[in-house]
Formats: sequence, C-alpha cells, structure tokens
Amino acid sequence: VKIRIDPDKCQGHARCFALAPELFAVDDYGQASVIVDEVPAELVERATLAIANCPEYAIERVGD
Amino acid sequence: MARTAPVSDWASDFDVLDPHYVADPFGVWDDLRATCPIAHTARRGSTWLPTRYEDVTAIAHDIGHFSSLKVAVIPMGGGDEGERQLEYGLPPISSDPPLHTWTRRLLLPWFSHQRVESYVPLTRELCRGLLDGFAGSGHADAAVDYAQQIPVRVIARILGVSSEMSDDFTGWVRDVLEFADDEARRSLGAEQLLEYFQSQLELRRRRPGDDLLSELLGTEVDGAPLDDGIVLGMAALVLIAGVDTTWSAIGSSLWHLAGHPEDQKRLGAEPALMATATEELLRAFAPVTMARVVTGDLDYGGCPMKEGDKVLMNFPAANRDPEAFDRPDAVLLDRAHNRHVAFGSGIHRCAGSNLARMELQVALEEWLHAIPSFALSEGSQVVWAGGQVRGPRVLPVVFP
Repeated sequence: VKIRIDPDKCQGHARCFALAPELFAVDDYGQASVIVDEVPAELVERATLAIANCPEYAIERVGD
Repeated sequence: MARTAPVSDWASDFDVLDPHYVADPFGVWDDLRATCPIAHTARRGSTWLPTRYEDVTAIAHDIGHFSSLKVAVIPMGGGDEGERQLEYGLPPISSDPPLHTWTRRLLLPWFSHQRVESYVPLTRELCRGLLDGFAGSGHADAAVDYAQQIPVRVIARILGVSSEMSDDFTGWVRDVLEFADDEARRSLGAEQLLEYFQSQLELRRRRPGDDLLSELLGTEVDGAPLDDGIVLGMAALVLIAGVDTTWSAIGSSLWHLAGHPEDQKRLGAEPALMATATEELLRAFAPVTMARVVTGDLDYGGCPMKEGDKVLMNFPAANRDPEAFDRPDAVLLDRAHNRHVAFGSGIHRCAGSNLARMELQVALEEWLHAIPSFALSEGSQVVWAGGQVRGPRVLPVVFP
C-alpha cells in the first residue's frame, strides 16, 4: 500500500502524525509528508485511520 | 448586557446569545439541520448560521466569497467598523491572503509539535499545583479554580509576559469575547489589552528576550521591520485566541466527565484511550465559532446572501451532523473515525491546535490522576458562556 498527501489540501491539523508517526512527518509550519515509500503491512490499519481522520481529505491511497 | 427578545423562530430570527441556546444549543442545531438548514437573523446585523458539516467546511474553504476581515460573532453596535480597532486587525485570523499567509508563517513555528512538547513540563506542573490547592477539600469550581487558570499561563510564557498578570489577561479576553454585547465593557477590555501590549513592545525593543514578542519585533519582511500595528495585532491575537478557547474545552470536557462516571472509570483504567477521548471531547464540545463576511451578493444553498452579511462558521454544529458522524450526540471515547473541525477547516485552521490539544490532554490526565471520581455538585448551577466561545464559566463539582 502506498499513500500520498496533497500539499495544497493539507492545512496542518497534524492528525496523521498523531495517529501514525511512523508514516508521517510534520514540519514547523504544519505541512505533513509521507516518510515511507510503502506502508508496512502492520501499519496499514493506522494509515487507514490517518486517512479517515484528516479534516481536509488530504491523504489518499495510491494505486490499489 | 443588552438583552434581545425571546426567539420564536430559530430559522429566521436566531439569537446566539439566547440564554437557553447558550446552555444547550444542540437541539436547535438538529432542528435547523433537518429543516432549514442555514438559518438567518437580522439581530445585530444580517447574519447566516449554517448547521451542516458540508456547508460549514465549504464556506470555510471559499475564501473568495467569504472573507475573514471581520471574524467577530457579535459585531459592534452601529456598524462593525469598531471591530477593527487596529489598522491591520488581528493577523492572521482576521486577514485574507496575502497578509494572512506571511503573518501565519511567523506564528506557526511557535506552535509546532516539537515546540509544544517543550511546554508539557510547565503545563503539567501548573496543573498539579492547581490540584494540590483543592484536591483535598472535597469540592471545587472546575472552571474557575482549574480550567480557567491553565491556558492563560502557558500563553503568557510563550509571549514572554508575566503570568502574574493572568487574572487581568483573563478579564480582558472575557470582556472582548464573552461580553461583546456590552459595548463599553468590550471597548475598555480591548483598550487595556492593547495598552498593555504596547508597553510590553517598548520594553522588548530595549531589551529583547527569547519570546514571541521579541522575535516579531526583530523580524524583517522585504527588508523592513514589521509595522507596530501588525506586531500588536498578532500579540493580541495569540492571547485572545489562546485563553478562552482551550479553557472552554477543558471545562466542557470536565463537565461531561462529571456527569458520566462510566467515562471517568474508563479513562482511568485505559489511559491509552486519552488520545481518541480528547478528540471526541473536542468534537462534541467544540468551543469556537468564527465569523466570515460575504464579499459580494451571492446565492448559497438557496440563501440570498448580501455583501457585508456575516456567516457564522458553526464548527460546533458541523461536529454534530449525522451525515458526517455516526451517533453524533453520543460521546464515544474510542471513536476511531473523527474528522471533526473543532479547530476549523481550510487556511484558517487554528494555528495553536497542537498547543490546545496538549493542554487539554495534560489537564484531563492530571485531574483524573488527582481526582479519579467526581460529580456535579447537586443544587449548584453550571453557568455557560456562548457566542464566539462556548464553555462553562461556573462548574461546581464534588469528590470524595
């Protein structure tokens, strides 16, 4: 599973970082980024939670 | 305080300061959402009140049609020009891009995750000190003795001003936000707050420290120092936005827990729940409503909005929308899917949200550690404030 963040949608709520710091980083200005190429199997559920908790709908799964 | 007539029709004549609405707005929102769903009033100027998640977030994102130049929920009487006592308002909250963009970037690093982590020990120590003062007495006012005392002191530290001024800060912020309907009180509070910060700016100009005020004074944009009006507006904003809001969230959360012993037990037994619990309490009792001003006549969702009308960003009602949340009126401490907008949505997302979340979580952890079981004091009345910021101002609780 791959995920990406739309930088134009991200507003720095930092919910993704709070839920899955292994998958996301947030800079000093609140901009979040994905820090893994591939989401490890054991973290897929947390990636799904991050997607479901982003108030800006800024995170999405890439491909299937 | 100016009292308006009782409301008979919430869809066409709502009043956010109606005492029943302030104490319990949830049923009104449910009715409006199901039947209206964007209410209007002509009280205090033509104002619209969306209640659906979809509308609130869509309007928050449409910064072209809905400007942030006037964000006060209660406008000043006789036209709301007086709302902007400062030339630049309170940037970035009462600004649109481009002013919003660069002033916001100056503030954000002060409230980053890393920076907020460094404020945890101070916050924890503060909470423990307050609890030491009353945990043995069997009763407390959880709003006045606890919630109200926390955020103001953390903000004072960040701004670099004396926490001994906390009661004054709290008073001025309440004058501006909670007693906005009393023009004399509101103006005097704003005046005192600005005078205080003006004198602090003079001090810092001579002797800079490692605080936010000093940094803003030393900041250059396009080769020139910031205009004093901008520094003053930003400083006032950080205080105003950082005090009433989080204090209200802490108070509302304690109010909920006081009435739900099962949730007290559950949080005590499962501390890992605290992360989802604080998000859920923020969702259910989102304290803040901001306003927008319509930039030109438009029809939104069948509503004939006119240039200059206000729209209240009803984030608290959006958070109770059954279209967006399963069982919205139930507080589910382990709610896993929670796209709440307690901190707003779009480019004006609360710049202090990391700090607010930390303060709420630490305040609840320390309270439950010191007072694991408590209840509302029978026969005492809980007093709520509303309008721009909703939360309990008197919250008598008892504990064994």
